[in-house]
Amino acid sequence: MGIRLLINLVRFVVTYVIATVAVFLFMRAIPGDPAQIALGVNATPELLAKTRAEFGTDRPLVVQYFDWALGLPFGDFGTSYVTRQDISPLIIDRVQVSLILVILAMIVALAIAIPFGTYAAVKHRNPSGIIVSGISQLGVAIPNFLAGILLVVVFAVGLGWLPANGWTPPGKDFSDFASRVVLPVLALASVQGAILTRYVRSAVMEVMSEDYLRTARSKGLGKLESLIKHGLRNASIPVLTVTSVQLAALIIGAVVIERVFVIPGLGSMLLDAVGNRDLLTVQSVVMVLVAITLIINLVVDVLYTVLDPRIRKGA
Amino acid sequence: MAEEQFLATKTRRKFSPTLIIGAILVAVVVIAALVSFIWTPYNPVQAFPADRLQGSSAAHLMGTDRYGRDVFSGILYGARITLMVGLVAVGIALLIGTPLGILAGMRRGITEEVTMRGADILLAFPALLVAIMFGAVFGASTLTAMLAIGIGSIPGFARVARSGTLQVMSTEYIMAARASSQSSWRIARRHVMPNIVGMVVVQCSVSFAIAVLAEAALSFLGLGTPPPVPSWGRMLQESQQFLGTFPMLAVWPGSAIAIAVLGFTLLGDGLRDRFDPKLNGER
Repeated sequence: MGIRLLINLVRFVVTYVIATVAVFLFMRAIPGDPAQIALGVNATPELLAKTRAEFGTDRPLVVQYFDWALGLPFGDFGTSYVTRQDISPLIIDRVQVSLILVILAMIVALAIAIPFGTYAAVKHRNPSGIIVSGISQLGVAIPNFLAGILLVVVFAVGLGWLPANGWTPPGKDFSDFASRVVLPVLALASVQGAILTRYVRSAVMEVMSEDYLRTARSKGLGKLESLIKHGLRNASIPVLTVTSVQLAALIIGAVVIERVFVIPGLGSMLLDAVGNRDLLTVQSVVMVLVAITLIINLVVDVLYTVLDPRIRKGA
Repeated sequence: MAEEQFLATKTRRKFSPTLIIGAILVAVVVIAALVSFIWTPYNPVQAFPADRLQGSSAAHLMGTDRYGRDVFSGILYGARITLMVGLVAVGIALLIGTPLGILAGMRRGITEEVTMRGADILLAFPALLVAIMFGAVFGASTLTAMLAIGIGSIPGFARVARSGTLQVMSTEYIMAARASSQSSWRIARRHVMPNIVGMVVVQCSVSFAIAVLAEAALSFLGLGTPPPVPSWGRMLQESQQFLGTFPMLAVWPGSAIAIAVLGFTLLGDGLRDRFDPKLNGER
C-alpha cells in the first residue's frame, strides 16, 4: 500500500511539473513583448528596458520559468503585466468563491445521484425506474449554462423568488449569500447530478448481478438490505472514480456558470484576464485549475487504495 | 449457455430505441446543417432593424433577435458550425489519439508508459480550459476552438484504443500471427484495427457530444466563432439580456444544443450496446 501511495505521489509531482512547463511555454507563444503591450507603441526604449526589467522578461526563459514555477507552491504568482497588481491575493480571494460553488454543487449532485441512481437500478424493469433513467439521460444533454439560464427564467424572472445574479461572501451577509448561491449551485448540480445518476445506476446494477449479493439474499436479506450491507461499498469504487472526474469537470463548468451569474470566482478572473491579454494572470489561473484537478485525482487514487482491499493488498 | 449466448447476440444485433432516437436526433442536426448550404429563409447575418424582437410568425418561424435577424436561419446555420467544429475536433483526436493508443497497447513498456502519462497530463487540461488558453494566445476563432477541443479529446481516444488493443493482443490469433512472423504494422492493420473499430466509433460519438458542448460553451463565453457568423452558444449568450421579455430567444438555441448533445450521447450509448458484448441486454 505504501509503495502504491508513493507511486501515486511521484506521478502527481511529475505530471504537475510537466504541466507547469507546458503552460509556461504555451503562454510564451503569445506574439509581442509584454512590456511593449503594456506601454503602447510610443514607449521610449529606456522605458521599455525599465519595464522589461520590472516584469523580469529581460531574463533568459529558463530563469523566468523557475522564478514562476518555484513560487507557485507557495502561492506566489508574481505581478500582473497589465494591472501591475500582485496576482496572489486575487487568486486566493477568487479560488474561495469557486470552491464554495463547486463543493456545494458536488454535495447537491451526489444527494441527487445516489438515491435516484440506486432507485433506477433497483427498479430498472419498472416504468418508474425507466423514467428516472430517461430524465437523467436528458439532463446529461443540457449544458450547465443553459440550465442556469432556464433556472433564471423560472425562479428569478418568472417567480421572482431568487436574485438572478450577483455574489455576497458568506461571512458578510449569510442570508443574502444563501439566496444568491442557490441558482448557480443548482445549475451546476442538476447536470452533474444527471451524469452521476447514470454512473450510480450502472455501478449498482453491476453489483446487483454479483454472486455475493445473491448469497446474501439467499440468507434471507431483502433486496435493499443486502444492497446496503454488501453492495454499496463495492458500488462506491467506480462511483468514486467518476466523481473525481466530474469534480474536475465541475471546476471548469464553474468558469461558465460564474459568467452567467456574474460571480467573482476564478473563472471570471480567467476570462477577464484572457480579455485583457493578461498573460501572467491567465498562466497562473490555468495552473491553479490544473493543480486542483491533479490534487483531486491524487486524493481519489489514495482513497481508492484505502477503499479497495484488492488494490491495498496487491501492492 | 449456448442458447443464452445466441439470444444475447440476437438482442445485440437489434436496433435499440436508444440507437434509433440518437440516430434520428443526429440526422435532424445533419439535415439542418446540409439545408443551410442551399437554403435559409433569410440571410442569417443580415439585420432588419424594423423587425427586431418579434415572436414566432409565418414570416419568422422562430422570431427575430435584437438586430432583427431571423432566428430560424441562425439555428440552421449554427448547425453547420456545430458539426464542422465537432467533425474537425473529433477528427484530430481520432487521428492522433487512436494510433498512439494502439502503439501503447502493442509495444507496452516505455512506449506505453510515456504515451499514457502524456494522456494523463492532457487529461488535467479539459477541452474547455485548452480552448480558453488557445483563445488567450491566438484570439477567438472557429479554428482555435476546433484545435483546442480536438487536443483536449486526444486522451479519450488514446485510452480507448489502448484498452482495446490490450484485449486483442492477449488473444490466441495474435500469438499465431506473431509466430508466423507477421510484422507489427500488419498485425495492427489486419487484426487490431478491425477489432477495436467498434470501441473507437463509440468514442467518436461520445467525443462529438463533448465537442458540441465545448463549442457552445466557448461561443457563449465569446471565445468561439466570432460574430456575425451565427453559433448556438452565442445566440444563447445574446438572449440573456432578454430573458424577462423574450425567453424564447434562449429556448431555441438552447434546445438546438440539447438536441445535438442528446443525439450524439444516445447514438454513442446505442452503439456501445451493439458493440460491447458485456453490455448486451443490460441497458
